[in-house]
Amino acid sequence: MTAPNPEEIVREERRYLQVFFWLFVLTALEIAVTYLPLPKVATGGMLVLLAGTKAAMVGLYYMHLVHEKKMLTYIAVTPAVLCVFLILMLLPDLGAITRLFEAAVEGAPAAH
Amino acid sequence: MSTATVDHHALEPAETPLTPESWGKLGMWNFLAADAMTFGGLLAGYGALRYGDPHWPVPSTILGIPLTAFMTFLLICSSVTMVESLAGMRQGNRSKCVRFLALTVLGGLCFLLLQAYEWTHLIEHGQSIKKNNFGATFFMLTGFHGMHVFSGVVYLSIILTRAALGKYDAHKTWEIEIAGLYWHFVDLIWILVFTFIYLI
Repeated sequence: MTAPNPEEIVREERRYLQVFFWLFVLTALEIAVTYLPLPKVATGGMLVLLAGTKAAMVGLYYMHLVHEKKMLTYIAVTPAVLCVFLILMLLPDLGAITRLFEAAVEGAPAAH
Repeated sequence: MSTATVDHHALEPAETPLTPESWGKLGMWNFLAADAMTFGGLLAGYGALRYGDPHWPVPSTILGIPLTAFMTFLLICSSVTMVESLAGMRQGNRSKCVRFLALTVLGGLCFLLLQAYEWTHLIEHGQSIKKNNFGATFFMLTGFHGMHVFSGVVYLSIILTRAALGKYDAHKTWEIEIAGLYWHFVDLIWILVFTFIYLI
């Protein structure tokens, strides 16, 4: 393995610090968003977007996916795609769970 | 093979074959992909139970957001020290690498201590893994992540010892880079856990 040239490393270190700055700013924004008088859905949406951006920054720059071979990127992206599928597959059950809880709260016997 | 095909390949060179260091990276990425799916399953389960329960407690009223925000900041800082450590070794500066690796391990230890403090505080105030679905999912998710942090601290301590013993140089940094992948993954997962469990 050849050592990268010193200028490139200095450039990378600068980028690491820039990413750190943005991670800090985005975390502060996330906390600020929770104090805003917004509807739950809007707050949730913004928080998911901010967390996704932070996670992508860590993956791309700190885990060097931005410079890596495509194969590693595919491996990294696969679980994210599968998790979205998993959540979508759970959606029908979410409705059933909600109905069960509502039935339990109202004191009615839960339907099977 | 036609001349046109040869020219096409000359314009777009194939990716270099896997080398021993990239085999290591490939192995770590495969492990992380499997681990990500485990965390994804736990988070999806948390979401399903929470969404379905109209009486789910508001997490911020139970959990200390400032403390966990500080824990998040600590993990982000430890990710920076990790990449700085790698950069140090790539520059051939062993003392810089060792110094930043030690800071990374220290960041992980502080995180674990704060998590232990948070858990103790919550348990003293009546929360437990068997009390309700909130407690079960909270302790399961943060505990599973905490185990990863603990493993990372042990892993990085071994890498730190090896770096201090002069096992790496500017041309042999891949073990540090692979350990870094694991540590950044732990940070990445915490970013999601912090958002989904504490903030939303």
